[in-house]
Amino acid sequence: MARLHGPLGWALLLAAGLLFPLLARNDYHLTVMSTAYIFALATLGLNLIVGYTGQFNLAHAGFMAIGAYTLGILTVDHQVPFWWAFLAAGAVTALVGWPLGWISLRLKGHYFSIFTMCVGYIIFLVIEKWESLTHGTVGVIGIPAPSGIAGVVSFDTPLSLYYLVFFFLVVGVWAMRRIANSLLGRTFVAIRNGDELAEALGINLMRNKLTAFLISVVYAGWAGALYAGFVRFLGPDLAAVHHTFDMTMYMLVGGLGTLIGPLLGAISVPWITQYLQFLQEYRFIIFGPLLILLVIYMPHGIVGSWLAWRARQASLAAPHNQEQPRA
Amino acid sequence: MDIFLQQVLNGLTLGGIYSLVALGLTLVYGILHVPNFAHGAFYMVGAFASFLLMDKLGLNYWLAMLGSAVAVAALAAVAERLVFHPLRHASGLHPMIAAIGLLLFLEAGAQALWGADFQRMSTPYTGIIEMGGVTAPVQRLLIIGAAFTLMLMLHLFLTRTVMGSTIIAMAQNREGASLVGIDANRVAMLTFAVSGVLAAVAATLYAPINLVYPAMGHLVITKAFVIIILGGMGSVPGAIVGGLIIGFAESFGAFYISTDYKDIIAFMALVVILSFRPQGIFKQGAH
Repeated sequence: MARLHGPLGWALLLAAGLLFPLLARNDYHLTVMSTAYIFALATLGLNLIVGYTGQFNLAHAGFMAIGAYTLGILTVDHQVPFWWAFLAAGAVTALVGWPLGWISLRLKGHYFSIFTMCVGYIIFLVIEKWESLTHGTVGVIGIPAPSGIAGVVSFDTPLSLYYLVFFFLVVGVWAMRRIANSLLGRTFVAIRNGDELAEALGINLMRNKLTAFLISVVYAGWAGALYAGFVRFLGPDLAAVHHTFDMTMYMLVGGLGTLIGPLLGAISVPWITQYLQFLQEYRFIIFGPLLILLVIYMPHGIVGSWLAWRARQASLAAPHNQEQPRA
Repeated sequence: MDIFLQQVLNGLTLGGIYSLVALGLTLVYGILHVPNFAHGAFYMVGAFASFLLMDKLGLNYWLAMLGSAVAVAALAAVAERLVFHPLRHASGLHPMIAAIGLLLFLEAGAQALWGADFQRMSTPYTGIIEMGGVTAPVQRLLIIGAAFTLMLMLHLFLTRTVMGSTIIAMAQNREGASLVGIDANRVAMLTFAVSGVLAAVAATLYAPINLVYPAMGHLVITKAFVIIILGGMGSVPGAIVGGLIIGFAESFGAFYISTDYKDIIAFMALVVILSFRPQGIFKQGAH
């Protein structure tokens, strides 16, 4: 089991992702999985600011919507080519995130969460009311599918879209792994574990928190842009706080502050929901209490609990082994 | 001038409702240091309880309000016991997520039981009073009167009764309160129950000039959070003053700026104020 950590485990996951279309019996399954990947990408970003840095940002879905709307508005109203609009989506999300992050990160703990919840609401209301820009409640209709690259590949079938989304998820996970294992990632964890101690160690709190915030919202922005190109229709509802709550649940089920946890959560929970189809509308009658039970009895999620169990086993087996397990 | 007075009246109505909701939130925060995201769901359940008591059992308005207050108080106390009590030693993040779980559960439950449709609550007070050129619907005057009466009663309860004083004592110093023999568990449940009563009454007062539906709590609770941040989390006078500020800002903003953007005004006010004073208006020093 121990070998599943590190490169081998990731290679297995990669293979599973590549081979999934062979298992999927129809396009519907591919669509479900692709949507799950898109939200997994956004959840990875959310996990960076919540799980690693310890700042519970409730405006995450709002930033996802900003990325999605940037792409939608640019391609539909201004006929910008898809991939240029895609780049712009990340840039706009970062540009909006910068001042918002700077203001909101001056607040700590609960204040930060409540403030970002309000920021999310502002984003939602602006999208809904600014009809000349965002088409208001009607939404952005007829977003083009991602354009093919140099005539070699085109993205007009569910299968090619699946691989496109999968590609971005792999890149996202790879980049996040690099960040999490770097000095920067450790700096974020230090801030989460105690910001006063981190500051005493010479860590510039504001600069690092803002960095985490910006990386996190760019993940959201690009996930939103992919969502726009995939679903090809956008409504203000994407910015609603309940999408942030969904992503929080994915993160928590898998394990906060681990790399693999949010990924597993974001992919498995939508499938469970698929099988509880009759519950679609009312899924939170089950997931609400589940969330509470998880927080009370399993606060580190599935992956976190497994890691803790493994660490305990390791320390029992070899009392002198001080090595820390990593996800 | 008449139009100005009309806006004052609207501001007082909104402010009264917002203050009641924010008071419940701030009391709970003072005791448990949990931002109770589920408070908006208590508000929604309160509106539905009154609506059903009037619609199905034919109770009159005031009895329905009383019934709903009791029901939501019980719900809030049970929620404290089952959800927040086990998490009292957990880090800041987890109780927040648990509150979100409770919120999602209550909303989905309301939708499953009573449907997602908009319901209109009837009120016996449909008349309109003319005073010096200002037209005042009776329900609005009723809201103002009832809201401020309830605030006065809450003030008396907190300062003049032993039970109320235990809440204040717990909010001031948890260990100190335990040392003089105050049962922390009982106070926590009591505080949740009081917050439930405030939410239910606010919802029942406001529902007749608004609508009843499962998502009705969202905007109100978000504004209540704005209010308690402005007023200082845990501060009772802060919640009342903050509620009035937001109520007035909204009614005047809707009239003089734009009806479309009136809901944004409260949030913009928060963003602007916190940019200059990250600790809120009324709070001294940093938090």
